[in-house]
Amino acid sequence: MIFVKLVWTNMERHRIRSFISIAGIAFSVAAMLTVVTILQGAVGMFSSILSSDSEIIVFERNVSDLFFSSVPQSAADAIAKWPTVSHADPVLFGVVSSASNPIITCFGVTAGDPRMRQATWIAGDRTNFGQHVDDVVLGERAAEFLGAKLDSHVPIGHATFHVIGIVKTANGFEDGGVFMPLVSAQSFFHKQGSSSVITIKLRTKDDVTAFKSRVKSNFGNLIALENSEFNRTYSQFKILKATAWAVGGCGLLLGAFGVANTMIMSVFTRIREIAILRVNGFSHVQVGSIIFGESALISLLGALAGLALGSCFLFALKLIPALHGYVDSTIHPLILLIVIALALLTGIAGALYPAIYAMRIRAVEALRFE
Amino acid sequence: MTVTDNATEHERVVLHADEVWKSYDRGAITVLKGTSFKALEGQTVALCGPSGCGKSTLLHLFGGLDTPDQGRVFVNGIEVNRQRNLLKLLRHEVGFVFQLHNLIPDLTLEENCLIPTVAAGIDRQIAHERLLHLTERTGLRHRLGQRIQKLSGGERQRTALCRALMNKPKILLADEPTGSLDEEISARVFALLLELVATEGVTLLMATHDRGLAERCDRLLEMRDGKIYEPAYAR
Repeated sequence: MIFVKLVWTNMERHRIRSFISIAGIAFSVAAMLTVVTILQGAVGMFSSILSSDSEIIVFERNVSDLFFSSVPQSAADAIAKWPTVSHADPVLFGVVSSASNPIITCFGVTAGDPRMRQATWIAGDRTNFGQHVDDVVLGERAAEFLGAKLDSHVPIGHATFHVIGIVKTANGFEDGGVFMPLVSAQSFFHKQGSSSVITIKLRTKDDVTAFKSRVKSNFGNLIALENSEFNRTYSQFKILKATAWAVGGCGLLLGAFGVANTMIMSVFTRIREIAILRVNGFSHVQVGSIIFGESALISLLGALAGLALGSCFLFALKLIPALHGYVDSTIHPLILLIVIALALLTGIAGALYPAIYAMRIRAVEALRFE
Repeated sequence: MTVTDNATEHERVVLHADEVWKSYDRGAITVLKGTSFKALEGQTVALCGPSGCGKSTLLHLFGGLDTPDQGRVFVNGIEVNRQRNLLKLLRHEVGFVFQLHNLIPDLTLEENCLIPTVAAGIDRQIAHERLLHLTERTGLRHRLGQRIQKLSGGERQRTALCRALMNKPKILLADEPTGSLDEEISARVFALLLELVATEGVTLLMATHDRGLAERCDRLLEMRDGKIYEPAYAR
């Protein structure tokens, strides 16, 4: 109890300084949580496009970005006929711009594509999709920012398209995107006879290994990965995740400097007190524990405040209409644990030098210290 | 001839400084010049001498707070300057009382007194019983929950005395224990100190300027020119 009080008392003595340190950690944690959650959400959304009613994705081997992948239509046709395959859906990704929007994601899909089947049709009839090459279906948010209505014509890239439907999906990329018939997209993006990926639904999941082997032997330049496998290995996802953690890590590093500064000041202001403890039998470890304890408490309070702040921030982002569907404010428990652990590690790292300094204080000299 | 020279085989030497040298500022100031000294179990020993003569230094050496440049220091027959002995020494063998009480102002009287028991990992119940016993003896029991700032000078020094005796040390090292108190309070605190060391069976080594107090101890030693002299003196 006295040990805890020795930790708490010093924080209480220097309330403002402790508060600033807690705030530093809190903002670092909030920044990390927000950036990581947003990017994880974005990655999750992109992967959910690919995993829509499918469990395997086939794409060009060794491409760093799916936008550059080219899968021949013949491969899609052949794979669709394999007995273990329930359905194979080629998807062509493209990015275009309009007058007011620099980036609009386009999806070239077939009429029977699961993305079209699963979307909620706000306007238009799904059976009309794919009948004319200049027909497009817009995501709800895309229709909003393009100012398009059913049956209107919208300029997208270098062409004008006829809007035959507006769909609502839970996915930000799809909601802000344009669905074109696959043939139109191939022509529009100069990728005749190919798609970016083929999403595969097998009849039974037991056939996964055999399917992957067959793709490898029949199409040497293609690779088949299960969705989870793809999410783990796709280099763009890895880069995004690494960036998120790096940005968050930089924030925590700054937090660590704040803690270090606070703890150094804390040790300097209690040199005499540390000497008293040493004279009364406190070991180096016990003295160090008080310093680490104070630092851990600051970090823990900072982490908790940061979690609250980050959650509020994510919730607020979700309320912004322009970001609807792009921000997944669900904080993954693993991310939560990692962020708290990192905050505590930050606190401990920040207290390392001050604790060593405190442990080396010579009682006989410190007792003369005023 | 000193008292220790007359020690019988039943009397045990608990403090022993053997040809101890100690200097500061890289040898610029030498305070102890081959000082030798012994104290027997249960004795009360006063060290007198002018400021800077090395009284506090000798106390610090016996408490393991400092190390001699040359010579050896023993407490209860064990050489002090061995790192592994230091914690045991500070936790169980010696207690310190300083001129400034050196209490932690944000803690209560009770918490300050319990610090040595926390350091030594003594059972809370046992520690609490000891605390009640000592505060009863020193008349502080009704002040247990008080913060140090609210205590008088005499109460603070009595608290420091309680804290020093919490782990039942065999030796009490007191550095001007009443130096910051007025004459009347000083006499009362010192009387209490002597009473406690007598009943607890503690050996007292006290540095003091006050010859009046010093003469109430079993032995009065004088420090001059870095050495200890024991004048012909009997209580």
